[in-house]
Amino acid sequence: MTKKVFWGALAAAGAAASIASADTLEDVKARGELICGTSTGLAGFSAPDANGRYEGFDVAYCRALAGAIFGDPDAVEFKPLTTTNRFSALSAGEVDVLARNTTWTLTRDVDLKNTFIGVNYYDGQGFMVPKELGVTSARELDGATVCIQTGTTTELNLADFFRANNISYEPVPIETNAEAQQQYLAGACDVYTTDASGLAATRASFEAPGEHVILPEIISKEPLGPLVRHGDDHWADIARWTLNALIAAEELGVTSANIDELAASTENPEIARLLGTEGNLGEMLGLSQDWAMNAVKAEGNYGEIFEKYIGEGTPIGLARGLNAQWTEGGLMYAPPFR
Amino acid sequence: MEFQPFVRTRMLDAKPAPVTSVGPAGWIRRNLFDGPLNAAMTLVMAFVIFLLLSHLLPWVFLSVWHAESLAECREIIDQRYGTGHSGACWAVIHERFFQLVYGFYPPELYWRPNLTFILMLGALAPILFTQLPRKMMVFSALFPFLGAWLLWGGSVWQPVLVLAGFGIGFAAWTALAKVNGILAIAAGLILPVLWWVFAMEPVVNGLHAVIPLGLEPVDSTQFGGFMVSVVIGVTAITLSLPLGIMLALGRQTDLFIVRTVSIGFIEFIRGVPLITLLFVASTLLNYFMPPGTNFDLIVRVIIMATLFSAAYIAEVIRGGLAALPKGQYEAADSLGLDYWQAQRLIIMPQALKIAIPGIVSTFIGLFKDTTLVSIIGILDPIGLSNAIRADSAWQGIYWELFAFIGFVFFIFCFSMSRYSMYLERKLNTGHR
Amino acid sequence: MATASDPPQGGFQFSQLIYDTRYRSMTIQVATLIGVLALFFWLGANVTQNLADLGKPIDFGFLGEPAGYDINQRLIEYDNQDIHARAAFVGLLNTLLVAFLGCTLATVIGVLVGVLRLSHNWLVARVMTIYVETFRNVPVLLWIVLAMAVMIEALPQPRDFRGDDPAASMVFDAAAFTNRGVYIPEPLFSRSLGDFSFFGIFDISIDLLAILAVLGAGIYAAKLIGRQADRIQNRTGLRPTTWYKTLGVIVVPVLAVLAILGFHLGYPELKGFNFGGGIHLRNSLIALWLALSFYTAAFIAEIVRGGIMAISKGQSEAAAALGLRPSRTMRLVILPQALRVIIPPLISQYLNLTKNSSLAIAVGYMDLTGTLMGITLNQSGRELECVLLTMLVYLAISLCISGAFNIYNQRVKLKER
Repeated sequence: MTKKVFWGALAAAGAAASIASADTLEDVKARGELICGTSTGLAGFSAPDANGRYEGFDVAYCRALAGAIFGDPDAVEFKPLTTTNRFSALSAGEVDVLARNTTWTLTRDVDLKNTFIGVNYYDGQGFMVPKELGVTSARELDGATVCIQTGTTTELNLADFFRANNISYEPVPIETNAEAQQQYLAGACDVYTTDASGLAATRASFEAPGEHVILPEIISKEPLGPLVRHGDDHWADIARWTLNALIAAEELGVTSANIDELAASTENPEIARLLGTEGNLGEMLGLSQDWAMNAVKAEGNYGEIFEKYIGEGTPIGLARGLNAQWTEGGLMYAPPFR
Repeated sequence: MEFQPFVRTRMLDAKPAPVTSVGPAGWIRRNLFDGPLNAAMTLVMAFVIFLLLSHLLPWVFLSVWHAESLAECREIIDQRYGTGHSGACWAVIHERFFQLVYGFYPPELYWRPNLTFILMLGALAPILFTQLPRKMMVFSALFPFLGAWLLWGGSVWQPVLVLAGFGIGFAAWTALAKVNGILAIAAGLILPVLWWVFAMEPVVNGLHAVIPLGLEPVDSTQFGGFMVSVVIGVTAITLSLPLGIMLALGRQTDLFIVRTVSIGFIEFIRGVPLITLLFVASTLLNYFMPPGTNFDLIVRVIIMATLFSAAYIAEVIRGGLAALPKGQYEAADSLGLDYWQAQRLIIMPQALKIAIPGIVSTFIGLFKDTTLVSIIGILDPIGLSNAIRADSAWQGIYWELFAFIGFVFFIFCFSMSRYSMYLERKLNTGHR
Repeated sequence: MATASDPPQGGFQFSQLIYDTRYRSMTIQVATLIGVLALFFWLGANVTQNLADLGKPIDFGFLGEPAGYDINQRLIEYDNQDIHARAAFVGLLNTLLVAFLGCTLATVIGVLVGVLRLSHNWLVARVMTIYVETFRNVPVLLWIVLAMAVMIEALPQPRDFRGDDPAASMVFDAAAFTNRGVYIPEPLFSRSLGDFSFFGIFDISIDLLAILAVLGAGIYAAKLIGRQADRIQNRTGLRPTTWYKTLGVIVVPVLAVLAILGFHLGYPELKGFNFGGGIHLRNSLIALWLALSFYTAAFIAEIVRGGIMAISKGQSEAAAALGLRPSRTMRLVILPQALRVIIPPLISQYLNLTKNSSLAIAVGYMDLTGTLMGITLNQSGRELECVLLTMLVYLAISLCISGAFNIYNQRVKLKER
């Protein structure tokens, strides 16, 4: 494994520079590992544990992608990125794929030259207030002080919402979730607004979660998903179909526990095609025949990943809601594997 | 009758000074209660000190060192010291100490940064303490390569062959110097660059295949905590010294273009906040490189920090140059030394000596400013403190982390500033 | 006759470019010029190439588009439908505001501490030394975050002011210290003259202009009175008592204008979620302001101390021999000389404070870094344009400050002949 190694600024131009060509898959294979951009720390989605190993919902997608390419879910390096430098890092080729709970918007897709490869979490922006304020609807928040995380679509949605309802507010821009939480708990702001998943995660970590309510209004659509840069459709296909494979695996009942057994004995042609025992889908993608199997083996199928990192059994405690399979009334719908 | 004046033949014994002006009482009166204004100030100060200490000391010392989470900490404090007491929860430092120092560096490899740090002190010694033998400078010159190799690991041939680049340049220069001066300088500059950019990597790989000597590579994303501050600070200040000297000389010279370029660079860098330069490092530097090049964020930060401190070092050295009497320049001229000889043998040794305290304080400033990298997502101590607070076990912990980080920075910077004051005193006596 | 200084005879040789001092400087200059131009060309070519690859040519058009976000702290009118350029301007004014407040407070504290460090009072001198060393040796970013944490954790929230037996109450019923900031009474004019629109970019209160004009006129009149007194003193040797006249011409007209305009104070009061009315100094502004001031003051204190100590003892002895009182010695002999030593490093401290104000981003104070290089950059995705523009603006501010103070420095400089 040729690891990128630093050799002082002198040698940087020669030794540490790597030339990215148009074919990302070739580069990744030559490098021997995938480079995945994640956030600097968001509970449940991506955060380094005490040993520095990244864990979380977004991280699991990257591990699955590494599994699909190399058959080794650990052949991935994580780069923590801020909201400011995430897109430039992607477009400059510093990372191969960005899985940093990023909202899919037209501007980001078209003007910033990114390719969103799907949605791994359907979210929406909500509000949390202390119960003692007696607020039941976001429309009662006239004159309130609102804590927002900067550098996201959140502040635009917020401005739109208050303008549309013709009420005033005082925004308090904050860099990180941890600080927003500190200000909210100390009463420096009345309301905390961010994606509903984040609100639930934040509330779950409070000493007395019952004293805070999440208001019913969801003021925006926030489809969060991984993205790659424009211009390499092949790479985008690989990234997209890995995500689809995770979702399809859940739909078809393929889990990390029964996958080997199913691969050997399945009668279902769709499962067989997915797991590569039938057809040549892997070859079309330029990957091995068992790519999807390796992807699912990395951290499990979509449902397993969800339950492991952000589901109801975790401190984050999110219900599937919109993110259930389409068969169960959700929006998760993988195109057919054929 | 003869007039007999009174003459004392024996001196009177000195009377003891009044009890109020000697001993502790006298000291107190002279230094603390000399007049109503002074007395009032003393009382006010004493009250302020009492207020601060009465809050701080119980918090610092009636505290908890062992706990798994903030909630557990608070429970223990309530049990041990009563519910009204608010004590520090140092358990977070206890648990995350190594993370705050080394970031995510693999624990089994901690000896490498430790060794690098010790070697760094060894390399600094001959520069800081002039009484040590000059031969030790050789080690100081080699240390940057050794240190980088230890920290980042990889094949041992990397640093050796980077060094070889300098050798190639020097050899080319000496070989061609007799033939043609311009050619020699050009070759001395261009050949090493060609070597580093094109030839080195295959040679390294080849040599490594034959003799695989090396350390396990550690990626810079695993760097963090105080280690990152020290690495960025020390590397940037070391690299900025030669650059700063060139800029200072450039600013002093009569050559119009060179002077303009130097002044423009220095004033530009000094006119913008470091954070904007760090933003350049984190978002723009890739745009300025050939398409497809990309290197590590820490390297990019080091480059920008080097440019930043070079401008400040240049101003410090310019101060040193300006402090030299004109006679020194004239003496060098009258000896028939050319510009570079004069600089090397007469001007620079003196100017640098005068500038050392300023260089040290520039370094202190830069070292403190390395905390800014937390804003662009590098996990330095402050960045890590945010990451630790993102952990649900330690949510809501502030003062302990800030106090610890502040304390460590204080120890580093305070001892360095004391050193620079010692140096200043030493140099002063040398000149007067 | 051939002397050593004669140019060598014979044709021009290539090596003369480097060995002949007549040509060498030219060679070096040309080489530098070529090198610098090549570097710029290389960087420029890379940028163009990279941006072309991304399909994102340099374009400042985004500055004219609606910003879409709100800014809490603003000195001029702004709402989220205004353009990015205006948001950046709001940020710039915020930067200037905190820089101005910071420099002022830092100077006051710095001078005070610098003088007290030289005090004969042992305790005071020690405490000041501890203050200086503590603040100088800990990163300013840490002080800023710490100040913010203190503001948030130590002060009561607005909710605590509510109810019959509130946990917190307002100071003199006029100012409220909350963890959202400090609310102080605001000046209001019942017979206001309205606003004057400055090219439609921002409004300036005519009331304020009127007060400033009257104040300026008063100070000018006071100067005339002083000059008159000087003349009388020169003629007769006796200085007439002028302080009541001086005070009168400065204070009375201002009071008259205030009365005409119907000046009164608007007190903050708790309504809804927050205090309403009054001036709201946000906690981010206060935290940033205090942290920057106390940090920079530690450096200024050292500069002031050094400046005072640089004046030789003979000067104060000479002043004492002339019979000057200590206060006059300080004012007439020590300070004017010390200022010459103090001002140049003081300027660079002011510059540092202004540049450090860009750390506002850490506490959410919307200065230039928070607007142009923060939210605008994130929303538009124009990193190159935003960062370069921000750098240029800071550069311009720095050059203006150092330029202005350099002019002042030239004026107080020792006139050498």
